[in-house]
Amino acid sequence: MSTNGNAPFVHMRGVSKWFGQLCVLDKIDLDVAEHNVVCLIGASGSGKSTLLRCLNRLERVEEGEIAVDGQLITDERVDVNALRRKVGIVFQAYNLFPHMTVLQNVTLAPRKAGGFSRAGAEKHARALLRRIGLESKADEFPDRLSGGQQQRVAIVRALAMGPKVLLLDEITSALDPQLVSEVLNLVRELADSGMTMILATHEMGFAREVADKVCFLDAGRILEEGRPAQIFTEPREPRTREFLSRVLEAERLA
Amino acid sequence: MHALHQVYRTFFYPHSFRLALPDVWAGFQVNIKMMVIAEALVLVLALALAIVRGLPGPAAKPLRALAIAYTDFFRGTPLILVAFIVGFGVPGLQLGYISNQHVIVYGITALTLVYTAYVTEVYRAGIESVHPSQRAAARSLGLSYWQAMRHVVIPQAVRRVIPPLLNDFVGLQKDTAIISVIGVAEATQLAQQFSTQNNDFPSLVAAAVFFILLTIPLARFTDHLVAERERRERAQAF
Repeated sequence: MSTNGNAPFVHMRGVSKWFGQLCVLDKIDLDVAEHNVVCLIGASGSGKSTLLRCLNRLERVEEGEIAVDGQLITDERVDVNALRRKVGIVFQAYNLFPHMTVLQNVTLAPRKAGGFSRAGAEKHARALLRRIGLESKADEFPDRLSGGQQQRVAIVRALAMGPKVLLLDEITSALDPQLVSEVLNLVRELADSGMTMILATHEMGFAREVADKVCFLDAGRILEEGRPAQIFTEPREPRTREFLSRVLEAERLA
Repeated sequence: MHALHQVYRTFFYPHSFRLALPDVWAGFQVNIKMMVIAEALVLVLALALAIVRGLPGPAAKPLRALAIAYTDFFRGTPLILVAFIVGFGVPGLQLGYISNQHVIVYGITALTLVYTAYVTEVYRAGIESVHPSQRAAARSLGLSYWQAMRHVVIPQAVRRVIPPLLNDFVGLQKDTAIISVIGVAEATQLAQQFSTQNNDFPSLVAAAVFFILLTIPLARFTDHLVAERERRERAQAF
């Protein structure tokens, strides 16, 4: 269960997954060291989200092995609820619970699955909300918050369980441009504090800034991986070059 | 003028009305009793059945099939038949305790059996209307299947189905009248006896008025909930 020596914190070997006939992950090998930030880039449908969802067993894989924190999670007998307390995920559409206040959103899992008392969970939640400047919104319902605020609450909700790794699935893609930076600032802070993170993102500038490693996914395969400076300035694969030039062009037009 | 007077004499004659009122009111209290107990039972049983119908995995398949068979059977059978079968059949079984209940118990049982089937479908629609991403979010936080259902899916589903559910309850309230066929002395039956004895109809009109008076507040409350939700959803989509 504990981190053993130099083994990577997240370890994927030969992971493949199909949706029916469609191969969405094709023999993925990926290692993520503790306290590292890995960014997954690539077109929509390249498999970024599915890769993340396999890491907390929201999706099952047909082939290959995945280990998180030294535990083989592709094993059928693994306790998925325990795994998910260790592997937090934040979604593109926030997915806050609309019938609960911000505070209830953040405290639900710690209280019901994390062994916290109500008072303990609320104290912890308020401290986390204070950290992101949203303590005053604790008793509001999510629909009273802006998209950026909702997404920050979703991040805090995942953090409240004290995960050892955080998966961020295109968390700024649904936001208005002027709300993106408040969310990215929070992610940057987390990266600085040493949180292990895997991000699927379209924010190339941000990926370049925070990532220790960037992986370019194409048709379910990691076509190229390397340090951000290398991937963004001298990509080896023609497909990577093509993708990056298209993204840069889109950003210029925006 | 003569025809109008005839209508007045036949349906609205105050004197007959006054005479019938105590009987009809006594009967209507039986209707209220049946509807309240049946509604409480339906709320709980239908939710349980809807949850069973939504259970995942191949292991739950027999349970799901059973739940489907139940709703198919009792939605397809007219209440009046269920009332006859339960009200006359079960006592005929001579099964001791089960066969020696007051006739009201059989009436409530028939109402509950039939309306549980309707309301199960209402709940099921509500549960299915909660976006799968809500469940995914709950499960991703480490909540179990049941915890996700209990705290995330069902509360949202129930809120959404309250208007159609209240609608079904209006139907249930009126259908308590059908239970008269197995000899429950409720408002319709007493009103009809009164009507036959006196050869006029104000007693039946009185019973109708009682039903309407009970239904209108529920209907307005349902409207209010629907309007409230529309207002909230518009505010959300600004």
